[in-house]
Amino acid sequence: MSVRLRIIAAIKQIADEQKVKLPPLTDELTLHETGFDSLAFAILVARLEDDLGVDPFTLSEEVTFPNTIGDFIRAYENVPA
Amino acid sequence: MSPREVFALRDHLGTALTERTISDPRHLVTLAELSRGSCLGGRSGNLDGRSVLVATSGQLLAGLALIEIDGVARRMLLCPPDLKDEHLGSIITEAGIDAVVTDEPDRFASLGIDLVIPASLPQPAARVAQTVRATEWLMLTSGTSGVPKIVGHTLEGLCGAIIGDRPVSGEALPVWATFYDIRRYGGLQIFLRAIVGGGSMVLSDPGEPLADHVARLTARGVTHISGTPSHWRKLLMSGSAEQFAPRYVRLSGEIADQAVLDGLKQAFPNASIGHAYASTEAGVGFAVNDGLEGFPATLLGEGRGAVDMKVVDGSLRIRSKRAAHAYVGRAVAALTDPEGYIDTGDMVELRGDRYYFVGRRNGIINVGGLKVHPEEIEAVINGHPEVRMSRAKSRRSPITGGIVVAEVVLTGDSDPARADVVRNEILADCRARLAAHKVPAMIRFVPALDVTPAGKLARTDA
Repeated sequence: MSVRLRIIAAIKQIADEQKVKLPPLTDELTLHETGFDSLAFAILVARLEDDLGVDPFTLSEEVTFPNTIGDFIRAYENVPA
Repeated sequence: MSPREVFALRDHLGTALTERTISDPRHLVTLAELSRGSCLGGRSGNLDGRSVLVATSGQLLAGLALIEIDGVARRMLLCPPDLKDEHLGSIITEAGIDAVVTDEPDRFASLGIDLVIPASLPQPAARVAQTVRATEWLMLTSGTSGVPKIVGHTLEGLCGAIIGDRPVSGEALPVWATFYDIRRYGGLQIFLRAIVGGGSMVLSDPGEPLADHVARLTARGVTHISGTPSHWRKLLMSGSAEQFAPRYVRLSGEIADQAVLDGLKQAFPNASIGHAYASTEAGVGFAVNDGLEGFPATLLGEGRGAVDMKVVDGSLRIRSKRAAHAYVGRAVAALTDPEGYIDTGDMVELRGDRYYFVGRRNGIINVGGLKVHPEEIEAVINGHPEVRMSRAKSRRSPITGGIVVAEVVLTGDSDPARADVVRNEILADCRARLAAHKVPAMIRFVPALDVTPAGKLARTDA
């Protein structure tokens, strides 16, 4: 499964657990619009670190937290292997 | 010579000395051998007025030495088995130690202490020690980091919760055991119960496999036994408790949740099961024997007996004749507040007419500014019938600072193929009973969880 698909699957799983009704997940959707709170994002980032072996938001102090779903996914895709 | 108003442990030995014993896996000593012999080569008189470090490799020699030294030395410091050598120097200085009783003299040769007395099993002695003073008992706190604090007790205070609990005449003599080391407060309480309360004592040994330990407890006819909830969960998990039938099972040192109380009731249907609250500093606060977690709110208040209790900012405070009288050393903090209460740092919550322990103040996990006690999460997880024990801890998060994750040990009869089902059931329990930020973000199944030498769930990486 691609990084993108894994991220989407993890978002859906957490939305299900947290009883969050997600809008369609397009690249342009802002993270705010997902309905996730900071706890849901914290869980997402931790699970993705276990799944993908990387946490792009802790790796470097320069990385700012993304605005949109597309930015969020690219943060994982652009991590140097 | 001896002022008779001063009593030492030897004066509380009581009767039936030839039948009563102190034993470990290798040796068995009767109290009669002890009372007419010496484990210090008859040299206990040399310790008159000294400040003595009792630093033996095992518990048996430590226990025997305590009985011989109490009432002779000015003070004695019980050296727990896991004391780091790097802390030894400062503890010796702070406690003013000028003599050592040990079976490992080489360890103390370079510390500049002029009197090192070798300890051995008791040998008949021409002169036995006499009580000449009230010896101060020093114990070390079991904190996980830094130099342990030295806490000063008296025998009277240490026995404060015991004297009223002597066996009824006609009842078989109690045989006590504990999973603790007797050089820590919780273990020492049990040792003193055995000695002062007219019974025998079966000591634990860290190198002994659990199944062998339980077989020995059974063979020695242990009737009363204590340990931490972590000790008990390990025993329940091991499946080795089947032949063992104690009359009294006691938990202390950690929060006794309903799951472990119920597990013990099931495993030992004929035993009375009690959980006690005690700490090295505050002494024994109270015991709860109704089989329920937490304690009745009616225990709080003043003037009800030996122990006064109140709750300040969520933390239990205790004022007690059984408490330590001071921290010992230079530049030590005050042990009590101006009213004489010790802040235990154990956080409680009132629900209905009962208080429940929710965790340690310094063990709090911070999830985006919200406080979480790992113990309250573990209590929910442990309530699942297929869970034996669990540990909740913080995992660093770039977003909330921390999130809660949990490690879970399943019971022996839980089918590994059901892991996903069990995980979802645990999470459903947590969601039903805990606020969202307390629900573990991840649950990992592990074969075992570490327990510290003091018998508590290891939380060093929390």
